[in-house]
Amino acid sequence: MDSNKFTSAGAAHQNTTRQSNVDLKLKLNKFKMLPVTVEFSGGAELLCGNVKKHDVDLPGQQNKWQIRNLLVWIKDNLIQERPELFLLGDTVRPGILVLINDADWELMGELDYELQEKDRIVFISTLHGG
Amino acid sequence: MPRKCGNCTNNAVLKRPKTGDALCKDCFYWAFEEEIHQTIVDAGLFSPGDTVAIGASGGKDSTVLAHTMKVLNDRHDYGLKLILLSVDEGITGYRDDSLETVKRNQQQYDLPLTIVSYEELYGWTMDAIVEQIGLKNNCTFCGVFRRQALDRGAMKLGATKIVTGHNADDIAETVIMNVLRGDIARLRRCTAITTGADGYLPRCKPFKYAYEKEIVMYAYFKQLDYFSTECIYSPNAYRGYARTYIKDLEKIRPSAIIDIIHSGESLSVKKDVKMPQQTVCSVCKFVSSNEVCKACVLLEGLNKGRPRLGIGKTHKERRKWEEDLAEEASRLSLHNTAVSGSSDCGQGCARDEVNGCGSVFVGADEDDVNGDGRRNGCCGGTGSGGCGTTQRENRMPAQKVITARTTMRNLLDF
Repeated sequence: MDSNKFTSAGAAHQNTTRQSNVDLKLKLNKFKMLPVTVEFSGGAELLCGNVKKHDVDLPGQQNKWQIRNLLVWIKDNLIQERPELFLLGDTVRPGILVLINDADWELMGELDYELQEKDRIVFISTLHGG
Repeated sequence: MPRKCGNCTNNAVLKRPKTGDALCKDCFYWAFEEEIHQTIVDAGLFSPGDTVAIGASGGKDSTVLAHTMKVLNDRHDYGLKLILLSVDEGITGYRDDSLETVKRNQQQYDLPLTIVSYEELYGWTMDAIVEQIGLKNNCTFCGVFRRQALDRGAMKLGATKIVTGHNADDIAETVIMNVLRGDIARLRRCTAITTGADGYLPRCKPFKYAYEKEIVMYAYFKQLDYFSTECIYSPNAYRGYARTYIKDLEKIRPSAIIDIIHSGESLSVKKDVKMPQQTVCSVCKFVSSNEVCKACVLLEGLNKGRPRLGIGKTHKERRKWEEDLAEEASRLSLHNTAVSGSSDCGQGCARDEVNGCGSVFVGADEDDVNGDGRRNGCCGGTGSGGCGTTQRENRMPAQKVITARTTMRNLLDF
């Protein structure tokens, strides 16, 4: 991993120091915020103050952002009431449809999908009368 | 990258729960609509020239239903006259908003719209009913009244069929609920695609095999305008539990929904199980499985300050009511003999001192019903039969309710 390179770089001569600077740059780059759009509809918006569209910058992190991390982040940052109506265990409550860039998340790897910049994630609740 | 459509070269947008197929938008629209068409053709739901009332709540199912019916009617030349029919239950902050959606749908689909309200039909809004009954059994009132309201509205419009947006998930829920309640009569009926054919108007469910997920996806991709707030009075409804259960099952095995419907369809009821006979309500003359239909019993309870009358065992509540009346009567008997005279029915009924018993004087009754249908607190006996204190039967003290319903009939011109 990167951190190993850093420890070795700390002890070393010029060449490796230059190398470590490149690594550091890469690392900072990797930790950059990830802008995505999160939308709620079909009643799910009621859980986050009745706001449907949220343009958010996900904080940079060492590992790639997956939908599974996004769900927890949404629960902690966007959901204002009754989080159990959104998240159940580590996934969305059954009956909430998820679309990634307008495609069913079941085609995209569900929780394992790795978020890309400017992705649009839509949550549609079906848990209401018709 | 998303998967490719199993049918063409476009990117797939959805995995169909029923089949597991991945389809693109256009192939999905086509598959969804043509499956509904197949359902309609296989069950012979409509005949050319039918006037079809679409039960429209403004929610996702009925919005997609109205859209699909219009598309299919044009595409396959059904020769149907389509009309939107909405029921206004009188729920502030819910139905008033969703009716706005229906009004927009009327414009968007260019279909005529009629709205019938609980208030004009029964003299009660759901807001007023909930004030009386609370949040525990309110959905019973709403369900019973809505069923009849749709029938009455559709008949008023000269419709020959009613279609509702019940989807596969709804029907699977209903099967589970009827199993849990041991309601064999309903269990047998609830999977039928058309019901009520032997009564007044046949009621069909073209979405019987359509998954909720597909309906919502269809509405989303087509950007159909629908209303999606949960009814403010329904959080305690029994159905909510069945719904969660079905959704959990679907997550594990998507075909569970169709399988439950299949189980319901395949059930056969033992010959010696007594099934209720369909008959005509002796009060309102509508189809009913009892001598007096549930709507009339519920309404009687509301109008007489015993809103629990139609909830659970009617005869138990009636007995309790009679005991209360008898107790009150004995308490007031002294006073009563002093003032009553000819205006009393002679059975010691004194629940409403101002109006007298009200069971003999039909005229006074009518005034009161028209003025304030909820204030009638009397026994409602028919004079000759007394105040009902000795009647243990499930009999309708007819006088008052008939007057209440007469008002309604005039309104709807039956």
